[in-house]
Amino acid sequence: MVIAPPVSKESAATQSCWPEAVSSQPAVEISHLRKTYGALTAVDDVSFSVAEGEIFGILGPNGAGKTTTVECAIGLRPFDAGMIRLLGLDPLTQRDEVHEVVGVQLQSGALPDKLKVVEILDMFRSFYRQPADMDELTKVLGLTEKLGSYYKTLSGGQRQRLSIALALIGNPKIAVLDEMTTGLDPQARRDTWELIKSVRDRGVTVVLVTHFMEEAERLCDRVALIDRGRLVALDTPARLAAQARGGKQVRFVPSDRFDDRLLTDLPEVSVVRHDGQHVVVDGTGDLVNAVILTLASAGIAARDVELVSLNLEDAFVKLTGRHSDTEGALS
Amino acid sequence: MSALSLSLPTASRRTAFGKIVRNEARLAWRRPVGLVAGVGIPVLLMIIFGNIAAFKQPSALVGGFTLFDVYVPILAVFAMAMIALLGLPVPLASYRELGFLRRLSTTPVPRSWLLAAQGVLQLGVALITLAVIFGVSIEGFGAHAPVSSGGLVLSIALSVAGLFPIGLMVAAAARSASAASIIGRLAFFPLMFFAGLWLPQDLMPTLLRDISNYTPLGAAVQAMQSSMLTGFPPVAPLLVLAGYAVMFGFLARRFFRWE
Repeated sequence: MVIAPPVSKESAATQSCWPEAVSSQPAVEISHLRKTYGALTAVDDVSFSVAEGEIFGILGPNGAGKTTTVECAIGLRPFDAGMIRLLGLDPLTQRDEVHEVVGVQLQSGALPDKLKVVEILDMFRSFYRQPADMDELTKVLGLTEKLGSYYKTLSGGQRQRLSIALALIGNPKIAVLDEMTTGLDPQARRDTWELIKSVRDRGVTVVLVTHFMEEAERLCDRVALIDRGRLVALDTPARLAAQARGGKQVRFVPSDRFDDRLLTDLPEVSVVRHDGQHVVVDGTGDLVNAVILTLASAGIAARDVELVSLNLEDAFVKLTGRHSDTEGALS
Repeated sequence: MSALSLSLPTASRRTAFGKIVRNEARLAWRRPVGLVAGVGIPVLLMIIFGNIAAFKQPSALVGGFTLFDVYVPILAVFAMAMIALLGLPVPLASYRELGFLRRLSTTPVPRSWLLAAQGVLQLGVALITLAVIFGVSIEGFGAHAPVSSGGLVLSIALSVAGLFPIGLMVAAAARSASAASIIGRLAFFPLMFFAGLWLPQDLMPTLLRDISNYTPLGAAVQAMQSSMLTGFPPVAPLLVLAGYAVMFGFLARRFFRWE
């Protein structure tokens, strides 16, 4: 086993996270966005950019300003200050070009009951210059058998999949999906996640608005955490989660007894506890390497090493002071 | 809308608009309340009136014409009013309620196309219904043929121009499809009264008749009746219809909400 020298938390994390600048032109660029409704500031100085091919999550409690941010980004709402570019296009002045390359699935947006799935898809398909192949899209989304069915008869999951199909039917370069799995059962939700991954694998940049922590953790390369209109964090889900308790947790079984001070003296380690034959170490940075190297140099081996990852929900609560399903001030 | 030329070539734009109209037609056909009210009822009334012997007797009360002659334009206006006040606004209000208009605004196609498509569809329905009412009443039941065909065409055109924007205003004012349906019906009955559905204008007291002449449906009946029975319609009802077209066109444009 090659033992790498201890590295700082930052550089270690950079290796695993999404490269911050893949191409010269980001798929989405938002800088200093500000949107007010009367006295209420819905979005306050939000900036982030999304690289091409990334799955980017916009996360936050209900009413945090996620949807407003997205609606501004796709040209559905004018905003008070800031700059937005989608593949270099201005959503306010180049709306038509933007809508040609950006597929959108809105949180609200039902369709007429008495239209059949195939009629809806065929109509939306005709709106685009280079639409996607309908057979393939419906197959991937599991809608082929529902093509002849009325919208009214579709289940919640099927409607959601149709909605995603409409977002993708124009062969977009960017897909913006707002709460796409809300109302889906767990299986349908997991199927949708797989679908989104396959969409990204085809080179589509995905911007995902969600308040499901698990969804963000499983799917997103990076997430922007928005609370009360402000961007409170922007990082990979793993790093955000790590920040939650300022770090990580390692569990292992030592080959021999040792003095706890051996570990507590390390800068990476904050707390050492014993749990039966296990030792539990809380800390930050490259905790695993630091602990194992130090023990090894003292002639002690660590068995059954387990890195407990703190989840994004922990980060969420820490950063916003609320749980992700708590209602915000504005909906 | 002008920027759209950048997105879709003309032929594709026509295809896209055609697909919207076709889906609108499917929806109208699959939920035929609007068609029954706007087409079925007036055509049925025309057939019933055409079979009542007393309606076919010339009467001095209505200038020596038959009551049936007088009622044909009233039924034509009945159909147009149903189509304009219910057929047009109810689907539009429901699309806003559903968020369909909003969804459309995320595509390269302007959401105003949905309004235009609904307008084209309802215009088609109205013209077919009028053709049936005038054609069958004249050919099948011996109603008076139009004295001024040009006047009739102009009257119909101005009636469409005057009534459809009122329907758009109903769609603008209503928060939901059911509200649009209620507002449309509430507007329909008094307006239809002034159009002479229950009491033809010739039989109305002077005051009612004067009021009637300034209502949209009253003016439409007046213009069509003149074209059918006496000759080119007087300027007054035509101007009234044009006035409604301008006023409600402006109001609907000003107040229509997309979300």
